[in-house]
Amino acid sequence: MLEVETVTKRFGGLVAVDAASLEVRKGQIVGLIGPNGAGKTTLFAVIAGFLKPTSGRVVLEGEDITGEAPHIRARLGIARTFQIVQPFAGLNVRENIAVGAYLRHRSAADAHAKADAVAHRVGLGEDLAKPASSLTVAGRKRLELARALATEPKLLLLDEVLAGLNPSEVRDIVPVIQAIREDGVTILMIEHVMQAVMNLCEQVYVLSQGRMISEGAPEKVCTDPQVVEAYLGKGAAERLARMETGHA
Amino acid sequence: MTRGYLSIIVVLAILAALPFLVASNVVLNFVVFVLIITLTAQGWNLLGGVGGQNSFGHAAFFGTGAYVSAMLQVHYGVNAWVALAAAIAGGAVVGWIIGFLSFRAGLKGSYFALVTLAFAEVLRILANAMEFTGGAAGLLLKLDTGFWNLQFSSRAAFVWLALFFVALALFISQWIANSRFGAHLVAVRENEEAAKALGVDVLAVKLRAITISGAITATAGCLYLQYFLYIDANIAYGVWISIEALLAAMVGGRGLVLGPIIGAFSLHGLGEVTKLAAGRVPGIDLAVYGAVLILVVGFAPGGILGLINKLRFRGRPRPEPEKAATPAPKTEEAA
Ligand SMILES: Nc1ncnc2c1ncn2[C@@H]1O[C@H](COP(=O)(O)OP(=O)(O)OP(=O)(O)O)[C@@H](O)[C@H]1O
Ligand SMILES: [Mg+2]
Repeated sequence: MLEVETVTKRFGGLVAVDAASLEVRKGQIVGLIGPNGAGKTTLFAVIAGFLKPTSGRVVLEGEDITGEAPHIRARLGIARTFQIVQPFAGLNVRENIAVGAYLRHRSAADAHAKADAVAHRVGLGEDLAKPASSLTVAGRKRLELARALATEPKLLLLDEVLAGLNPSEVRDIVPVIQAIREDGVTILMIEHVMQAVMNLCEQVYVLSQGRMISEGAPEKVCTDPQVVEAYLGKGAAERLARMETGHA
Repeated sequence: MTRGYLSIIVVLAILAALPFLVASNVVLNFVVFVLIITLTAQGWNLLGGVGGQNSFGHAAFFGTGAYVSAMLQVHYGVNAWVALAAAIAGGAVVGWIIGFLSFRAGLKGSYFALVTLAFAEVLRILANAMEFTGGAAGLLLKLDTGFWNLQFSSRAAFVWLALFFVALALFISQWIANSRFGAHLVAVRENEEAAKALGVDVLAVKLRAITISGAITATAGCLYLQYFLYIDANIAYGVWISIEALLAAMVGGRGLVLGPIIGAFSLHGLGEVTKLAAGRVPGIDLAVYGAVLILVVGFAPGGILGLINKLRFRGRPRPEPEKAATPAPKTEEAA
């Protein structure tokens, strides 16, 4: 469904994404993890068309979309959420979600009906008339998800929708994401909450300093010495291994 | 879907009845002038209020409406109604061109405001310099009253004519507020990045808004010409009208359908009262406008209508706001 082919993104001297490739097949939930500043959000922005890659290609369902504008990609079926939430602060929840729904529904009545349905789905059913600015962090994350979902995407890019939530809020939202996937939406998600990644994703990519350093099933990736080092520093994997043998 | 239309009809009915209740030419003069300002501000409100693209140069559209109509009538003897249609089209074209040049270059906020001001000033200087536009002497329409000439000896008739166009603009604004285009426009005002992510073609939406905005304000310029039968560059393309446009919309309630009409009447009503009270102090009304603007910006960013809503619903749970709600301060929080 989505192929990212050796994408590089440079900001002046800084290489934020360095020849990274990934592939998401239809119906999958794929995770993208990596330490802070690894370039995950930048890679998302390239996929969704908000940033032009310095080199490399983005291919959606066999078609090269590297040159397309973000709104065209949304029409083609890519929806993204923002890590730093971007609500339409002056509008209420229903109106926020309706903006997304208008992508596939011309009339206000249809768009609002769609918005209501999506709101209920993500647990914002009670808050439809509330101003977006009055929502809690968890509420705003749900709103990001709802707006993206209202565009009826084929591919959903979720950028840390669980960050900042407490464990019970995480437990509430994980089944929502699962249900979205069961409806046939392919999902690529950036996530730091490893427990959720383990639960949801069948495939995980690891980005570190712009480079794709590992990929595979979540259990396998977590024990990959390269990944451990990326998170905990050089030599960490070795030390850990020594500790484990010491305990054994 | 009928949301909002009721209050529009009430306001229109009151104004339409006015000529039956008041015979004073002074009052009717005032009403005509304020309706022209209202229409000018309605154009501004669509782009600046609903769309958040604050223009400081709506004189460019007002003047184009007035000049296109005047030149067609004076130089070519074109019928006044046909000239009006051409003037509206002219305003739309100028709107699209200014929009294309500035929005495509990504201009926003004060940069956009300054560029619109510059466009209006360039047009003012050109109109003042060229012979075709009457130069500094301006253009005079021959007095020839009659429906087909869009000139009326009765002030009441002109009130209704101006009111007809104001009504049209009100209905268009309300229709936009309930439409997909309106939702997109508000989304662009609130957060362009988020709008893009949801499939909104930001440039196209802005261009559409400035084109319609230009057309509406050009209509007002044309009405001004038909009423006063005279324009020159400082009237038609003057900064005064750009200020009137944004002031009326902001004082009444920016982004709200009834904002411009409420703002224009309150502001000019207040201006007249001050003039009566203070006697012949030159520029006293302008000083009052300045003070009102400071008060609005500082204490009632939602304008008069925003203030009324706030007082009306104080203590009660907030009702569902109108489609084109007043922009609330952006609250962003890092995750
Ligand atoms: N617009 C920009 N201009 C310059 N540098 C940028 C820009 N956006 C991101 N960067 C830099 O690129 C690098 C990657 O940032 P990015 O936000 O993609 O990381 P991330 O993996 O999403 O991190 P986090 O887990 O903290 O969200 C960082 O060093 C960041 O400072
Ligand atoms: Mg990030």
